[in-house]
Amino acid sequence: MDLLFRPFQYEFFSRALLVAMLAGLLCGVMGVYITTRRMSYIAHGLSHAILGGAVLSYVLQLNFYIGAGIWGFVAALVIQFLTGRKIYADAAIGIVTTASFALGIAIISTYRQFTKNFEAALFGNVLGVTPNDVWVVALVTLILLALVFIFYRPLLFWCFDRDVAKVHGVPVFAMDVLFALMLAAMLVTTLQILGVTLIISAIVIPASIARILSDRFGTMMIYAALLGAGISFAGIYLSYYFDVASGASVVLLSTVVFGIVLLWTNVKQRRKRRIADSHLL
Amino acid sequence: MLLALMHSSDRMEPLLEIKNLACGYQAQSVFTHVNLKLYPKQLSGLVGPSGCGKTTLIKVILGLVHPWAGEIWFRGQRLQPGASPPNVGYVPQVETVDWSFPVTAEEVVMMGRYRKHNVSPFPSKRDRQVARGLLHRVGIENLARSPIGELSGGQQQRVFIARALVGEPDIVLLDEPTSSSDLRVQHELLHLLAELNQQGLTILLSTHDLNSVATHLPWVICFNHGIIAQGEPTEVFTSETLERTFGGEMIVIHESDRILIASSLSTLRHQMQDNLPSILRQTHH
Ligand SMILES: Nc1ncnc2c1ncn2[C@@H]1O[C@H](COP(=O)(O)OP(=O)(O)OP(=O)(O)O)[C@@H](O)[C@H]1O
Ligand SMILES: [Mg+2]
Repeated sequence: MDLLFRPFQYEFFSRALLVAMLAGLLCGVMGVYITTRRMSYIAHGLSHAILGGAVLSYVLQLNFYIGAGIWGFVAALVIQFLTGRKIYADAAIGIVTTASFALGIAIISTYRQFTKNFEAALFGNVLGVTPNDVWVVALVTLILLALVFIFYRPLLFWCFDRDVAKVHGVPVFAMDVLFALMLAAMLVTTLQILGVTLIISAIVIPASIARILSDRFGTMMIYAALLGAGISFAGIYLSYYFDVASGASVVLLSTVVFGIVLLWTNVKQRRKRRIADSHLL
Repeated sequence: MLLALMHSSDRMEPLLEIKNLACGYQAQSVFTHVNLKLYPKQLSGLVGPSGCGKTTLIKVILGLVHPWAGEIWFRGQRLQPGASPPNVGYVPQVETVDWSFPVTAEEVVMMGRYRKHNVSPFPSKRDRQVARGLLHRVGIENLARSPIGELSGGQQQRVFIARALVGEPDIVLLDEPTSSSDLRVQHELLHLLAELNQQGLTILLSTHDLNSVATHLPWVICFNHGIIAQGEPTEVFTSETLERTFGGEMIVIHESDRILIASSLSTLRHQMQDNLPSILRQTHH
């Protein structure tokens, strides 16, 4: 019993758990939009692009959240602008985000002194979050959840069928901008917690599990939020006992949960089919 | 043959009027000089081959694509380029819809109530009532809770027709509503549309199917990068206009009040076996 609660005596650990849960919840909810719009790659790319903005704002001594946030938003807009008949979206994403990522690496390699921060940016450093970071993550989570709640209907319609939504009076261009802003805000706040390379799994896996479990958008959001928060919590907690990198622990755990759910639904379906068959006989 | 409504009445105000419309993508023109009037309670078909610009014309009317030139008037008021008409229903081509999207038939229909109810994320009692009522009207009330991906092609079309009807629109535009279904389902859908039309709805649908769709409509608009001809099928469907619309040779046979169209003699033979026409009057030489 004592062993179970031991990690909580460290304030930094409790803080890590709280912030990871919030980040997991936020990524889970946003992941439902991102996966149903088939935008996983843009989220993956933007998280890399934001590294360039993060490094640049460090060098220019700007506030990280503001500098990286604006950078990510602009990158999202440039991708949309480049995408056309001859350049597909995935190519545009590849061009813009890799260039921005490379810029970050170039600056880092000339400054040398922050290889430690660089590692944190790539793989996340949940144990290193400051009380200030907790407030930022909590605030952004609250704002984004409020936006999802308030704009649930227009965002759902826009996400499902942008053209018909416009005909029915949904301000689709405003939704494009709103969603790009939400995406940038989510990536910037969760980046240093989960890391550039691992964040995509926190976005895609809970939403995919939710998709297996439900055929309804709203229900999926609730599942993905709970799964995102729960898996992050458990992943960080386990990382303490097994002494593995916290980001890796979360990703591996969510993959295991995904596998179990997939297996379980398959078995359930097969059993149902067998019962149906036996009725036919 | 569906009921043909009065058309030539010049005293009636057109519901939708298109003046000298031109449109294209990048540098490539899709159509030019399109002039068209659609009257209240008209049921008409936009007929033309694949790639002739049917979807583009519908999208321009809906304000989804900016025209290069020309004007669109709706109920006597000019629409700004890129603006959607105030009260119009739209059933997009099924190929453009993501059928694996996690929504149920009822939820799709409730989306259509956006103008009436856009604040709370939860559907109101009234939302559900309206959705159920419309699903009942298109004959699939029992499928309200099914995910759209699990419906058949004809059922999916009905869900989208129900959504288009939610705002009690003045006009509904349907892009190839019959293209993905078999003959029986095509006729069921046409029947449904004729019924809605008799209740007062103005309808424009696009199709490239001549025999099983276009010849059953009271009014057809032959389209190929511009309007070739329009009128009742018995008058408009001559081998000459059809050849200009579809290219290649077209054989047209009028038989009492029915029309048979084929692009070659062998397909004609097949169709004649299917339809067993008693008297044939060939207009093509
Ligand atoms: N977004 C686009 N960008 C560039 N060209 C386009 C675009 N959409 C359509 N086109 C071109 O415009 C022309 C007309 O296309 P449109 O989709 O309007 O034809 P359609 O009559 O609806 O054909 P179908 O029966 O196959 O649906 C085609 O040549 C097509 O290649
Ligand atoms: Mg089309």
